[in-house]
Amino acid sequence: MTQPAMNPGSRLDPWVASYAARAQGMTASAIRALFSVASRPEVVSLAGGAPFVSALPLDEFADMTAQLIRDRGPTALQYCTGQGDEKLREQICGVMELSGIHAHPDDVVITTGSQMALDLTVRVFCNPGDVVLVESPSYVGALGVFASYQCEVVHVPTDSEGLNPAGLSEAIDRVRAEGKTPKLIYTVPTYHNPLGITQPPQRRAEILQVAKSAGLLLLEDDPYCLLGFDGEVPRAIRADDADAVVYLGSFSKTIAAGLRVGWALAPHGVREKLVLASEASVLCPSNFSQLTVSEYLATQPWQEQIKGFRALYLERRDALLESMEQLMPPGTTWTVPEGGFFSWVTLPEGLDTTAMLPRAVAGLVAYVPGTGFYVDGQGRDAMRLSYCFPEPDRIREGVRRLSGIIETELDLVSTFGPGANIAPHSKRGPNTPSPELP
Amino acid sequence: MNDRVVVIAGGLSPERDVSLRSGRRVAEDLKNAGFDAQVKDIDANLLADLLADPPTCAFPLVHGVAGEDGSLQEVLQAINVPFVGSDAHSCRRSFDKAIAGSLVAAAGISVPNSIALPQAMFRDLGAGGLLEAITEKIGLPLIIKPNRGGSALGVTVVRDAAELPAAMVGAFAYGEVVLIQRYITGTEIAIGVFDTGEGPTALPATEIVPDSGLYDYTARYTAGTTEFFTPARLPDNVLEAAAETAVTAHRVLELRDWSRSDLVVDADSRVWFLEVNVAPGMTETSLYPQEVSASEVTIGELLAGLVKRAVARA
Repeated sequence: MTQPAMNPGSRLDPWVASYAARAQGMTASAIRALFSVASRPEVVSLAGGAPFVSALPLDEFADMTAQLIRDRGPTALQYCTGQGDEKLREQICGVMELSGIHAHPDDVVITTGSQMALDLTVRVFCNPGDVVLVESPSYVGALGVFASYQCEVVHVPTDSEGLNPAGLSEAIDRVRAEGKTPKLIYTVPTYHNPLGITQPPQRRAEILQVAKSAGLLLLEDDPYCLLGFDGEVPRAIRADDADAVVYLGSFSKTIAAGLRVGWALAPHGVREKLVLASEASVLCPSNFSQLTVSEYLATQPWQEQIKGFRALYLERRDALLESMEQLMPPGTTWTVPEGGFFSWVTLPEGLDTTAMLPRAVAGLVAYVPGTGFYVDGQGRDAMRLSYCFPEPDRIREGVRRLSGIIETELDLVSTFGPGANIAPHSKRGPNTPSPELP
Repeated sequence: MNDRVVVIAGGLSPERDVSLRSGRRVAEDLKNAGFDAQVKDIDANLLADLLADPPTCAFPLVHGVAGEDGSLQEVLQAINVPFVGSDAHSCRRSFDKAIAGSLVAAAGISVPNSIALPQAMFRDLGAGGLLEAITEKIGLPLIIKPNRGGSALGVTVVRDAAELPAAMVGAFAYGEVVLIQRYITGTEIAIGVFDTGEGPTALPATEIVPDSGLYDYTARYTAGTTEFFTPARLPDNVLEAAAETAVTAHRVLELRDWSRSDLVVDADSRVWFLEVNVAPGMTETSLYPQEVSASEVTIGELLAGLVKRAVARA
């Protein structure tokens, strides 16, 4: 027998030993692969959180942008300050007034979407192992940021009014008793992603009080606040305390996600660090995007446009809720959002939405499995459905397909017994797809 | 003017993303080899495009259902577009793991004991008793996989019978029929086969050593998570037997142009056939390109040879 020749192996990546520990979870996943199918037009995607930008006055937008380049091209196409355009910061303060926030433009830091504001805040506050307290479930994009800074995430119970203050207080005590360092409380108080629910005023006050008592910074992520179906804008937590809260805002849902303009409103000391961190990261946000937003706010009837968005999303929410009422199997429950983009749907006992996803995509309907919104494997029986992007008839068709898939899955569970439908997936999804894709 | 090749990639299977990456890479290699190559998805425009402006040759690289089950090939045959790869009939039976396994076994090749059943059979007969009977007949450990499909989607190794129901549900999520197969422990290898006119020829075997122990989707498509050895670290006589197995499978299943067989070599140096791919992955982490790199042909020569052969068949 011939002896095998010595043969060096290959990992197809010469840098595999050089990656930082924080990159270890960055792997290919079957779930992400499924979402590449979801982008095909045959599939009704109730997964993504992309705003329906086709409803924008695109001709006016085009004229406005052309005029901007003609008038101020050399400025718009140039670098700007790391903190962002001063006029836009003033306009942002005007927008935040709608949420009851009185702020100074000096305390606003403009970022590439509020996702970057979140990233910067976590970067300047959190060391590896620090604890961030979040809702159960929490925004998947935020969980990705916390993971990238190697934070430990602790889910706090929620109820019909959102983050539970008593549960928050207990969680903080528990974390500290374990010798860990809690740093941030992250919450989406208005039209929550993914739950779709809104904290009432009293609840907001209680959460703020818990945060202040514990000496923890509250990170208030508020991208949907202007999209309430009744036209009312809930008062932000930041409106009642300028020192205990970093407030994150965004034009992605109210103007255009593709412009990538968001902001952080932060206490002075924090603001300084966010500006330096932003400059280290991107030098400055896109000046062209900032001036486009600024021009839009100055020259277009943007509040009327938002009214149009509200009406459009309300019609789609109703299409989703009505069709679920008609078609979903007994035992299925869902939240009723009063604004925003999402409803959180809980399936009959024994079903696993991650295990079911391949069947759903093959059946030409997509959703985001509930486990993507947790770091600890919770959410198996739940899914996030979004109604912001598909037209109402497509939403109805999507629910029709989805209800059939759930019926088939129930049949499967009945065949193999309760508990069989537990996908052998990992605890959490860095697996989870980009949550905003249509 | 250069020959125009349409690489068909994408589709609606869970392997869409892999297919698109395979397609883009092959198109680039074809361009480098002097062809006018472009990638097209399977969508409402494809048929009209092919009819309006027929290419010299099509190169199907759609993985999974529609791409490897013979459907796409059936269409290409119907509209008389020459294409690289096996015909519809051969694709159809190769894509069905149970049928392919039985045909290959009939040629004297070792194939692990297996049984393929639809969900309805478990529902009608009772899953508990049926799984127990199957487990008793085949024996643990088992590997559970969709009978039709690739990229290890829906695949679970079961070492304890209690894990079996969940594994079945995981596999049924990807298809109507599930293959329950004896899991052979050993050295996992893959061997590509090509035929540019001189008969099926085996490429050097690639040995697959995933860090996680299972060559699942993550291990396949995340660079760095699997170590590959080409040629495999096996004695020459075993490598020869494995190459012969891959070529025999290619012949028995009446495949043409190219294929890739997935095999395992057990502790007794016995070579087992697991499955065959009629549209092997061609991504940056796929096996076939690694084997070509370790062979005496270049990827450009090989792809050009396959295209020329397909055109000559027309």
